[in-house]
Amino acid sequence: MARTRARRRAPRRTTTAGLVAVAGVLALTACSVTGSGSGSGSDDASTGAGGGTVTLVTHDSFHLSDGLLEQFEADTGLTVTQVAPGDGGALVNQLILTKDAPLGDVVYGIDNTFASRAIDEGVLEPYESQAPAAADAARYAPDASHSLTAVDTGDVCLNVDHAWFAAQGVPEPTSLEDLTDPRYRDLTVVTNAATSSPGLAFLLATVGAFGEDGWQQYWTDLEANGLKVAEGWSDAYYTDFSGGGGGGPRPIALSYASSPPETVPEGGGEPTTGALLDTCFRQVEYAGVLAGAQNPEGAQQLVDWLLSDEVQADIPGSMYMYPVSSAVELPESWAEWAPLSEAPHEVPLDDIAENRDAWVREWTDLVVG
Amino acid sequence: MSTATRTTPTGTGRPGSSARPDGPAAPARAASRPPARAWAVGRVASWTLAAAVPLLFLGTFFAWPVLALVGRGFLPDGALDLSGFADVFSRPRTWRIVGLTLAQGAIGTVMSVLLGVPGAYVLYRCRFPGVGVLRAFVTVPFVLPTVVVGVAFRALLRENGPLGFLHLDGTFAAIVAALVFFNYAVVVRTVGGLWQRLDPRPEQAARSLGASPARAFWTVTLPALTPAIVSAASLVFLFCATAFGTVLVLGGMQYGTVETEIWIQTTQFLDLRAAAVLSVVQVVVVVAALAVAGRARARRERALQLVAPGSSGAGPARPHWAPAVVTAGVLVLLALPLGALLLGSLRTGDGWGLDHYRALGTTGGRNALTVTVWEALGNSLRIAVDATLLALLVGCLVALLVSRRPRRRAARRAVGVLDGVFMLPLGVSAVTVGFGALLTLGHPFGIATDLRSSGILVPVVQAVVAVPLVVRTVLPVLRAIDPRLREAAGTLGAGPGRVLLGVDGALAARSIGLAVGFAFAVSLGEFGATSFLARPDLPTLPVVIFRLIGQPGADNYGMALAASVVLAALTAGVMALAERFRGPAGGEL
Repeated sequence: MARTRARRRAPRRTTTAGLVAVAGVLALTACSVTGSGSGSGSDDASTGAGGGTVTLVTHDSFHLSDGLLEQFEADTGLTVTQVAPGDGGALVNQLILTKDAPLGDVVYGIDNTFASRAIDEGVLEPYESQAPAAADAARYAPDASHSLTAVDTGDVCLNVDHAWFAAQGVPEPTSLEDLTDPRYRDLTVVTNAATSSPGLAFLLATVGAFGEDGWQQYWTDLEANGLKVAEGWSDAYYTDFSGGGGGGPRPIALSYASSPPETVPEGGGEPTTGALLDTCFRQVEYAGVLAGAQNPEGAQQLVDWLLSDEVQADIPGSMYMYPVSSAVELPESWAEWAPLSEAPHEVPLDDIAENRDAWVREWTDLVVG
Repeated sequence: MSTATRTTPTGTGRPGSSARPDGPAAPARAASRPPARAWAVGRVASWTLAAAVPLLFLGTFFAWPVLALVGRGFLPDGALDLSGFADVFSRPRTWRIVGLTLAQGAIGTVMSVLLGVPGAYVLYRCRFPGVGVLRAFVTVPFVLPTVVVGVAFRALLRENGPLGFLHLDGTFAAIVAALVFFNYAVVVRTVGGLWQRLDPRPEQAARSLGASPARAFWTVTLPALTPAIVSAASLVFLFCATAFGTVLVLGGMQYGTVETEIWIQTTQFLDLRAAAVLSVVQVVVVVAALAVAGRARARRERALQLVAPGSSGAGPARPHWAPAVVTAGVLVLLALPLGALLLGSLRTGDGWGLDHYRALGTTGGRNALTVTVWEALGNSLRIAVDATLLALLVGCLVALLVSRRPRRRAARRAVGVLDGVFMLPLGVSAVTVGFGALLTLGHPFGIATDLRSSGILVPVVQAVVAVPLVVRTVLPVLRAIDPRLREAAGTLGAGPGRVLLGVDGALAARSIGLAVGFAFAVSLGEFGATSFLARPDLPTLPVVIFRLIGQPGADNYGMALAASVVLAALTAGVMALAERFRGPAGGEL
């Protein structure tokens, strides 16, 4: 009996130890259901004076230098809540799906490959910004409705690893056609057009370059020349690309015109990679007021703020995109090593809207089977 | 508890306690006192409540969002439109994808079980120095973010990688290898958890009667382990058949599964009709798999004699050579991608160092993040605590319900159906749940705050994913409890509540440590549903890893790898703690 009791006490000790451990973890993490909701910029349906709360729907790359958003909140009396449920096509499709109960008041991050779908589905409320950069932004307006305001642009281009080509004594390719040259066999990696937004942009570049009836043949030739299709950008850039820092085997990879400055070696010097400016597609990112917004005034203020000089000047450093404003200066390294393409391949927005899904399906059947 | 302790004839491991014949539970043999009417009412009420809580939880946060989205596909204009079936099934791609899904699920499951059962034996039946560390180690892959594992795997398999000579990059074999990499721990832990506490005497008896070790295993031990193996296999099949990130990164679209196809149709084409048809296909596959598993389990189900883990004679100190060799081989293969990750995190511009780890206190090269990685880790831990508590509450209630074997046939059938229903969250695509949640959980029940932007849903969806794991961990133990223990306790005067606490509770408590570990680890690593609902200003660790690896710059890449190593180490730590919580040898009973 004594033995039984001794045996019975043992587990109680371990239970106690366990409880202490759990309590410790709870204390350490200042836990509990309340903990997860009480971060900075909390969403307590703020009754504050000024404009109340404005909810920004965006992708998870939206991000500015410290203090900018706080300054905006201080200036306007608004509290900004962010939601980032997806990017690219997913973001637009989520907005369409939740049209009757919008996810927020204002959206940033719809790009030109999906802009027409968002407009056609009526998820946006027209708003004409009077911010100083609005005139620059108008150059990229998808239509005359003022549904979407351009905020920044960028080029999706093939990047090459200078070191690899120098070491092999092979001249670097310059054009899309070069990539089908047997000299560049098994050297190129691009990303999936159905699942990644640079992949879709590059598909559109080839549509722009070879026409609605010519791009299929081009991709067939690329395939025959040992093309690799990676799933997404990080997969291609870090795993397959030899110049991205991950030590991959292929010296030509799909990325952005703004990527090369990130490959300047420690201690300075020239970047080890470069963008092929004749292979680019121009992406434009838009902001817009959502139809059915709870706080349309706050949403409009936020659109204006995105076009302000402070935000425009911060965009290259924070989001790897080029500001639409012609009034702000680019970082020095960009001016030198990350120029935009002078002649990106273009496809009219209406054509994109009409054919995007069909092209992606056709591309999928053709390239990945 | 004391009642149970005194009356159980087995479990102390002392020779001389009665060796009872094994067999199906005798139905209510014990002459328990006829319960008073008030008791009966109270019992019905409390069981109803026990069923209502999990049903309400999963109904609100899982079934409603999924049905709402699938409903949009079938009821585009308010009228039922089933033409999607004919359309989707006339595409040759659909058939290929369904075939690939089944093949991946089946092959991944078979491989995981074949390799995992020897692993369960070595890591849970044998005792040797360092076994605790190895047990924690095998769980690490299970919770690593797929994007990181994809990068680590492909770094090994690509043309110029260390295993490039195998030419596995982008092949079906690479996908299966990755599926086994992720799911090995599920088999090892589920089967090991039962094996550890299996009474060794029947096997010893077989051996002393002249059976070879193989024969004793085959005829005595394996049948006893079958419920756990089937449980693990059904889980692994669900994980394999619904694998998403792994398949996309390693196989691209030519090896697409129903899951990846639903993702593409929903996020890229917003073809909800096709997505709804595919969701139905997925649920049919999952339900069929669960039904098969349920049948297999039911045939084998019986009360087992459980003993305290590691109690006298519970296993050989030294493992048999064959499973030891297999397990050693698997451990090396598991270590390869993890080692590649570790090396990558230590490689700096000009050699080796801890630079990337020091950078975890920053927001990354050129402020790639909104918070430092350590702050994200804090968010992850807080959310994981909430998710774990939720998952435990719901999961334990479900396990308790489903472990009942009521006398009435209809009730038994209802229990069986419930068992499957609570597994469904593993078999439904995260994108369907995520999009559905955006559709339905804005202001449910008239709540004033928009739940979608509140961040509150993050621990909730993580709990939905963790509940099936909690159930699967706790359930085999509850089911293996000899009903006579309960009857005996009742005979000796314990009320139903006391029996529940003293018998079921006491025995299940030790598997709850493991359930806590699994739930916590799953929450730490969850990315799919979290990515739809996490607040940008409160990102979790997998979310910042994903963000870091999505930016150019060798420093951000190194930081992402370092953060992954931290996540892996943390997970291993949590699992090791769960092992301790479960209690060392010398438990009660």
